[in-house]
Parts: sequence; structure tokens; C-alpha cells
Amino acid sequence: MQQSDVEAGQTPLVISDLVPASGGARRRPHWSFWYRRIGMPYLFLAPFLLVFLLFFILPLGYALWISFFNERLVGGTIFVGLQNYQQVFQDANFWEGVRNVALLLIVQVPVMLIFALVLSLLIDSQIVRWRPLFRLGYFLPYAIPSVIGALLWGYLYSAHIGPFVQITNALHLPAPGFLTESGLLPSIGNMLVWQWTGYNMIVMYAALQAIPTELYDAARVDGTSGWDIARYIKIPLIMPAIVITIIFSIIGSLQLFAEPQIMYSIVPNLVQDHYSPNLYAYNLAFTDQEYNYSAAVSFVLGAVVFVSSYIFILVNNRRGRRS
Amino acid sequence: MTAGQIGLTEKAARVNPRKPWAVQSLVMVFMLIVLVYFLLPLFWLIVSATKTNTDLFGSFGLWFSSDFNLWNNLQGVFTYDGGIYLTWLWNSIYYSVCSAVGASLIAALAGYVFAKFRFPGRSLLFALILGAIMVPNTALAVPLYLLLSNIGLVNTPWAIILPSLVTPFGLFLMRVYAEQAIPDDLLDAGRIDGASEWRIFWSVALRILGPGFVTVLLLTFVGTWNNYFLPLLVTNDPTLYPLTVGLSNWNGLAQGFSGSQVLFTLVITGSLLSIIPLIIGFLLLQRYWQNGLTFGSLKG
Repeated sequence: MQQSDVEAGQTPLVISDLVPASGGARRRPHWSFWYRRIGMPYLFLAPFLLVFLLFFILPLGYALWISFFNERLVGGTIFVGLQNYQQVFQDANFWEGVRNVALLLIVQVPVMLIFALVLSLLIDSQIVRWRPLFRLGYFLPYAIPSVIGALLWGYLYSAHIGPFVQITNALHLPAPGFLTESGLLPSIGNMLVWQWTGYNMIVMYAALQAIPTELYDAARVDGTSGWDIARYIKIPLIMPAIVITIIFSIIGSLQLFAEPQIMYSIVPNLVQDHYSPNLYAYNLAFTDQEYNYSAAVSFVLGAVVFVSSYIFILVNNRRGRRS
Repeated sequence: MTAGQIGLTEKAARVNPRKPWAVQSLVMVFMLIVLVYFLLPLFWLIVSATKTNTDLFGSFGLWFSSDFNLWNNLQGVFTYDGGIYLTWLWNSIYYSVCSAVGASLIAALAGYVFAKFRFPGRSLLFALILGAIMVPNTALAVPLYLLLSNIGLVNTPWAIILPSLVTPFGLFLMRVYAEQAIPDDLLDAGRIDGASEWRIFWSVALRILGPGFVTVLLLTFVGTWNNYFLPLLVTNDPTLYPLTVGLSNWNGLAQGFSGSQVLFTLVITGSLLSIIPLIIGFLLLQRYWQNGLTFGSLKG
């Protein structure tokens, strides 16, 4: 029905658009000109723009709006300006969460990405056999929901049913401290490495596959070592892919949620409700019903994520331009 | 990956005298150890799904025990709490299929327009949408919950499906794909033949966009299937949970001290079941997600 309507209005005009009226008798553009220039593109865009506005722009705006208010027991909801934000910046709980994810960002992300780069270079090189097996095997954890991954590792770390503790017990060695205060962050880091290395490896590998082999065949004939080819030819060429993995990793680790939330159910006395900023915002909203303050926390977190990935892109672009 | 293309260089490498077999074996050992690291948790999951709750605690975690209990565990998963696991499974499928089909169609339409039409506001809109990729979902989750609850959509399937329809990354992929795959001449030919723009999209463009479409479909499907944060917020009715929230709920119960540790075997067997469809899907549709990742890395 809709289709034929559009069709009927549309048909005769397109050709006149394609062949610009040259000189002479140029008439005022027919309404169809406007249809083709504005109406039709926006008609096609409408569904996307609609959901984008309703479920992206609107919540963002709403979060900003309610973060300027506070609910009081007496007097209801009142405008407090930037007071919530002031509170966030002085909130030790928030900064403790930020410290945890920042540590992950500084340690876990480089470890994971270097690991992924090494694996992708090895799979791309000719030294390794059974490459499809390794590619798939390494990538498999990505197919597993992060909650299930967190559950799995939670059991593996467990002092009761975890095989690692069983092994050390059998050998009369001290049990590994996965679920201790100092061991917790590395344990969570390991979950993330396990889950995401394969994904990052595939992104880098796909970029490696796109390099024409002629680019390094000559170098190889000249006797350049595989290591030098990787360092001077392959890695510089896949830099755009590496940059993408870095950006996605920054965004991902700052948003840490499922892992500490699952760990909270396993070792509640070890993981606080503010272990990551995201978990903190969630608990503020759904345990303490402090929606306004929670919105301010979410907004600061979102701003931190946005600004840090943006800074990274800027720095990277500038460096790219200089070299 | 075409064998013919790299066959030659591969042969050259094999006879390369400077690559002693010792290096190759060392690399292979390294690759195998890494493979064990990635697959060990899955192996543990498979082994544990065959155990009784007693053996789970009493026998060595990385090998099967004498009492093979898989069938009982499966029965337990499907019958516990009136068979609610099947409801969760169905919910996961339902949410993921609806989100994936809807999101891919919307992204295909929009990506096609961005790739093939010039219209006022084009660059500005595209920049805005690309910027959205960098805004963390979680900054949206709580306000989204509040908005949805204001309009009474919390605790309905819509609360999960509608927000999943927003895929800036999918739009980005479709645009890049449409730019590369659809020739302008073909569209013009259609116009001269008198086909409407709508018709051209459905019967010409969409067909060419097929592989890109499947890629976005796959990414959105996996994204929704694996989503935990959003359904956790917007549903508190167990019959609306997807698998991720349901299993995490069972785990919470099992970890409690109310003597409900029997649930451990259910969580483990249920987890194993929940990842099997995805793993099969990944194996069968490798080409498509690899496509998506390659396109993603085209433009830095």
C-alpha cells in the first residue's frame, strides 16, 4: 500500500533531476525535486532517527535534567543545580571505583592487546600450522555472554569446587589467592583477557589479511626476518585496526559491570557495592532509590569515557599527522 | 585466506633454512598452551555438567567422575521451577530475533541513504550518530529505565527490544558496505526504468547489501543475546528474564546459605546449554562476522 503511494508520486521526476535543465526554459523546481533532495532521504532515515531520539538522545537529556534535582523527604523534588556533581567529585566511593577501572585500563588493556597482537601475527605468519583451529579456539570465549564467563571463572576460582585449588591442595601447596583482597582485581582482569583477547585478535588478523603480500614478499626474499617484517611493515599497516581495538577496550573496561556484580554474589564481603563506577550507579538507583544522584554518577562516568576515548583519538591523529 | 594466494609464500617459508624446526616447535608449544588457556574453562563446564552436586564438590574438577549424571542434570534444568528455563530460552530467542531483524532493517535503510544520497544535514547527523558509538550504554541505562517506567513499558518485552534497535555501529557498517557494494549506475538504471526509490531499495539495494545485512543481523543478535545490564534493569518478572539474567539469578540463589546448593549443577548445566546455540552459530557463520570486523577496521 505504502509502496504504491510513494511509487505513484515519484516516477516521472527522477529523470529531470538526472539531466539538469541546461539554459533556456528552466522552470521552478517541481515538488518532486524537494522530495528527492530532502523528503525521501529523511523518510528512509525516519525509523533510525526515531529510535535514536527516543532511546538515545532522550535518555541522555533526561539523565542530565534529573541530575540537577534532588528528592527531599520534606519538600519533594527540588532544583539543586550542580550540587550532585559537586558531591560526585567528593565521593570517595565513586573514586574508589574509578581507581579500580583505571588500574584495569592501565594494566589489563595493554596486556590483552599485546597478547592479541602477538597471536594475530603468529597466526598470520607461516610458522604456525593448524591456523583455523587456533583462530577459532582463541575466538570462542567471545561467543560466551560475559555473565556466563564471569560465572564460569567464579566457579574456577572457587575454594570449594575450583580445580586450581584442588590441584594445589593435592600437592600440599598454598592455595592461590584468587578471591582475596589483592587477588581480586587480577582475577577480574583475567576474566576480561580470556573473554576479549580473541575478539581483538580477529580484528587485527582481519586487517593483516587485507595487506597485499607483495608488500613484504620482496623483503622476505631479501632475507628480512619475520620479526622485522612484523615490526616495520605489518604493525604500521594495521595501526587503524589496533586503534579501534584500543578505543573499544577503553570504553569496555571503564564500563565494567557484570564481572564485579557476579563476584559480589560469590564473595560478598570482598566486593563492595561500589567496586566499579557502573556498579555503584546501579546500586545507587536500585538499592538506595537515589535516582538523581545515580544519574549524576552515570553522567560523570559517561563523560569520562567519552573524553578519554576522544583524547586518545586526538592524540593518535596528531601523531599520525606528524609522522 | 584463499589457499592459492598464500600457497607460494607458505612453501617458501617451509624451506627457509633460517627458520629452524626448533623455533617452529617452540611456537607451536606456545600456541597450544594458549589454546588450553582459552578452552580450559569450557572443558571444565562440560565436565561439570555431567556431575552430581556431591561430585561437583568431591571429585577433581577437570575430569569426569564415575557417576555420569548429565541426563539427570538436563532434566533438572528443564523442570526446575515449573520449567522456567525454557521460558528464559524462548525469551532470549524472541528478544534477540526481534532486535536483530528490526535493527538491521533500520540500519540498512539509514546506511543506504547516508551512502547514496546527498541531503541537507547529512554530515552533521552522521557525526552525531558516530559520536554515539563512544557514549557508554551504561550512562543511558538508568535514565532509560526511568523513562520506560514513566510510560509503563518496564516489565514488557518492548523494554528490551526497543532500546536494542539503536545500533550506531550497524549503521556505520551498512554505510561503508553500501558505498563499496552498490554501483550508482545500477540505481540510476532503476530510476530511468521508472521504479520508485522505495522499490529500488527493496529489490535492488537490499539484495546487494545481503552479506552486510547478515553481518549486522549477527552482531545485533549476539549483542542482545549476551545483554545483561539492560534486561536486569528493566525486568523484575522472572517470566520475562532472558537466559543471562535468569542464570545469574539461579547463581545468586545457589551462593546463598539457604541450603540451595543443589542449584549449582543447574547453573552449570544451564550455562552450558545456553552457549551451545551461539557457538554453533559462530562456527557456521564465520564468514559473516569476520566480514563485519574487517569492515570495522577499514576506516580508522
